[in-house]
Amino acid sequence: MAEPYTHPYIPNSKPEIKKAMMEEIGIENIDELYSDIPKRFMLKHRLNLPSPTSEYEVRRHVESLLAKNKTCQDMPVFLGAGCWPHYVPAVVDNIVQRTELLTSYTPYQPEISQGMLQLLFEYQSMICELTGMDVANSSLYDWASALGEAARMAMRITGRREILVPKVIHPERYATLETYIEPIGIDVQKVGYERTTGQLNLEDLETKISDKTAGIYIENPSYLGFVETKGEEVAEIAHNRGALFIVGVDPISLGVLKAPGNYDADIVIGEGQPLGNPMNFGGPLLGIFACRDDMSMIRQMPGRIIGMTTTRDGSSKGFCMVLQTREQHIRRQKATSNICTNESLCAAASAVYLALLGPNGLKELGETIMLKTHYAIKRLSEIEGISTPVFQSPHFQEFTINFAKWRISDVHERLLKRNVQGGKDISKEFPELGETALYCVTEVHSKKDIDELADILKEVLRRGEN
Amino acid sequence: MTDFKQARWNEPVIFELGRNSRRGYIVPKIENSIRQTLGDVQTLLPEKIRRQSPPELPGLSEVEVVRHFTRLSQMNYCVDLGLYPLGSCTMKYNPKINDLLASLPSLTQLHPYQNEKNVQGTLEILYDLGKWLAEITGTYEISLQPAAGAHGEFLGALIMRAFHKLNGNLSNRTEFIIPDSAHGTNPASATMAGFNVIIVPSDKSGCIDIEALKTAVSNRTAGLMLTNPNTLGIFEENIEEIADIIHDAGGLLYYDGANLNAILGKVRPGAMGFDIVHINIHKTFGTPHGGGGPGAGPIGVSEELEKFLPVPRIVFDGESYHLDYDRPSSIGKVRSFYGNVAVLLRAYAYILSLGAEGLKEAAEVSVLNANYLVKKMEGIGAYELPYDAKRPRKHECVFSAKPLQKRKGVRVIDISKRLLDYGIHAPTTYFPLIVEEALMIEPTESFEREELDRFVEAMRKIAEEAEVNPDIVLRAPRNTAVTRLDEAKASHPRTMALSWKMYKKKGSQKAL
Repeated sequence: MAEPYTHPYIPNSKPEIKKAMMEEIGIENIDELYSDIPKRFMLKHRLNLPSPTSEYEVRRHVESLLAKNKTCQDMPVFLGAGCWPHYVPAVVDNIVQRTELLTSYTPYQPEISQGMLQLLFEYQSMICELTGMDVANSSLYDWASALGEAARMAMRITGRREILVPKVIHPERYATLETYIEPIGIDVQKVGYERTTGQLNLEDLETKISDKTAGIYIENPSYLGFVETKGEEVAEIAHNRGALFIVGVDPISLGVLKAPGNYDADIVIGEGQPLGNPMNFGGPLLGIFACRDDMSMIRQMPGRIIGMTTTRDGSSKGFCMVLQTREQHIRRQKATSNICTNESLCAAASAVYLALLGPNGLKELGETIMLKTHYAIKRLSEIEGISTPVFQSPHFQEFTINFAKWRISDVHERLLKRNVQGGKDISKEFPELGETALYCVTEVHSKKDIDELADILKEVLRRGEN
Repeated sequence: MTDFKQARWNEPVIFELGRNSRRGYIVPKIENSIRQTLGDVQTLLPEKIRRQSPPELPGLSEVEVVRHFTRLSQMNYCVDLGLYPLGSCTMKYNPKINDLLASLPSLTQLHPYQNEKNVQGTLEILYDLGKWLAEITGTYEISLQPAAGAHGEFLGALIMRAFHKLNGNLSNRTEFIIPDSAHGTNPASATMAGFNVIIVPSDKSGCIDIEALKTAVSNRTAGLMLTNPNTLGIFEENIEEIADIIHDAGGLLYYDGANLNAILGKVRPGAMGFDIVHINIHKTFGTPHGGGGPGAGPIGVSEELEKFLPVPRIVFDGESYHLDYDRPSSIGKVRSFYGNVAVLLRAYAYILSLGAEGLKEAAEVSVLNANYLVKKMEGIGAYELPYDAKRPRKHECVFSAKPLQKRKGVRVIDISKRLLDYGIHAPTTYFPLIVEEALMIEPTESFEREELDRFVEAMRKIAEEAEVNPDIVLRAPRNTAVTRLDEAKASHPRTMALSWKMYKKKGSQKAL
């Protein structure tokens, strides 16, 4: 370039400053600092990337690309399945966008990082209150990877190498679980469901559980939206055979649903995205991980954990990372997990969200979601050609719709033309359920949205092939 | 020096504040007709699975919530306040425009399973970002899915596994070679992927000991994981020979991208012979670290390994973008959906802002800044630069404070706490493990010469204090929100409090 390059993000890029600094260290050319790199490796060409672009142009460009999207603000979207539309109160964004939190890193120096440490301690504490557990870590990547970590932890604790999971499980969580456990030789088996209710089939569970079973995993609410009511029974079966009981949750349900700690879960995992984090096309998410107050479990936990302590002189309370001897930067190949950077800011958002909602807010929100779900079920089940829900069980937030004579993809194409995004097509995941889709309704869906969905579906199905 | 004092609010734990059951949020209303149609929620949910009492969350008004967390935020150091020289963490400036773009509803309100037609904008951004990262790293194809660097390492190790499996060699290829100077995530990731870790020592120059490497390599070698420049900030100049040794033995070469910032636009990992590369987006591409995440850890691979990348792949058919799940050799999934999109979008805007010229400039100035610090730190006389002091460092440098420890009993932990008193975050300490009393310093390109001088001046003062009044260093910090913490108590089973509930259960105003 003709002109020396300077950039607002790089203060010392000003040529005079660079020159003075180079003089200071006794070089004439920056490339002297790269002189130890074999010449043949040095890049001969300019990287094939755009040229430097002004902030205004960057903004216009990115905004124009994103404007090609059609979001939940442009059309009603009835999708959930692991990433859910919820309202994020303004306070949450305001707090987590504070630069003190946003542009800090892992609190390696606790005395100057108390803000984030206390926030994460409060997050852990709130997750414990929600799940009925005693200890939570300060986050994993997402629910799916948390399941992989939970299975590995169950193996370390029990010394056994089999995991039982429900047949009704999110396929992406199942795929992630397989990836996480294959290298260390854990086997996974699926436990079937009751045909009419979808509930975990306890007889099948009894046949499949053995003295090799490290853990039994269930999801509540299940992937297909129904509530598993037999948590206690599953816990008993697991514990009788010396296996751990692992429960996966959508935490937003825990204002109305019983806490897994109250039906004897040993490990609770889940997806924290609904608690104050936007969908962002599926990431970042927030992996929840909690367990009981039992040192043999706590020592096997993956991830960062924040604890409360005091100053050395005892003059005040304070917070720091604890049990770091579990972690990769101390324990290296013997660490419980390789996780380092996690999802702290998403956990912080969840803490702020839960603080705002408080005990009653979470209950009211859960009731609202549940009522809207059942209202949608009621409205849609009145339509000819639709049967919903497929399973006769209580539902929270999501439910299945079977279109007997229609291909889901055709129905959803027609909905799209009318500016409605239908639910998730699960006909390939569960061929035994036929043409079935998974729909989601939360507090962001108004009665009007639901009524319109019903009207449009009715019309689409009535018109037949046209 | 500035007379630094961090805010000290002594803010109660939120559970102590929220005992008055105030309201902090109004839930969107449920239409009356819905209530009338369905009646009470109780009827929809069997008692057995119903929550009997609300979770014990604090009950605060919105105002109190805002005040509590704002106070907490004031007790947190951040990169916008000053130098944050954590080595290998690349704490550079996080451009504000990128945060603004990442908060646009046209991204935040997008669901990952929406019809492809309605997500074309985001897919285009991700597709182009992948191409750009491939160009920067000299790799063939990128997966944007890993959530962090260590997640990328795990995925990379799984791909090595898949590679050897496809070649029918997995049962033999059980060993992963890692230098003793490596980041802790390297051996942890290799172990997670089922490999045995073989450690090779560094030689006198701080680089991999080639003779030791030759001895370690065998037909059991699955691969080598290497950071280049390494954690001492030194470029592994024998990289070609290293690559040949590993490849000749039938292994693969993995590049830990934690230190990529030093070589942007200068030299590419792909050209050095690396088969798999991860990129720490939150380091190299200036996305905020968020107090420990979210980051993003895309990986790039050679053409031969492309088929193993996780599904879905983002593909372009000349007209529109698609999510392609039809990849029979794929290792599967390491997470849900497609990656930390809100983070990746920021990286896209960052690369666009700097362009090819700016990225190269960032690399060069980060290296200039590090070598400037080397020169100035050497001038103090109290800190030693181990391993070939004449060689230029790249993005970071590692000093040892062993002389002070020996003579005055002042350890690196004390020096780093004292640095906090001067309003500067400490470097990474006690790492890499091959340096005693290590101070690992990475200034990045984001700080002006005056701020670097402020750091050096603080380090000089601390060295002086250690000589004449070591107590002031040993008792540091005193200007932070809290004085030095009892970390042993925090991790002791008897006093451990990992949640408010656990703290109350231990009953222990006394224990704490």
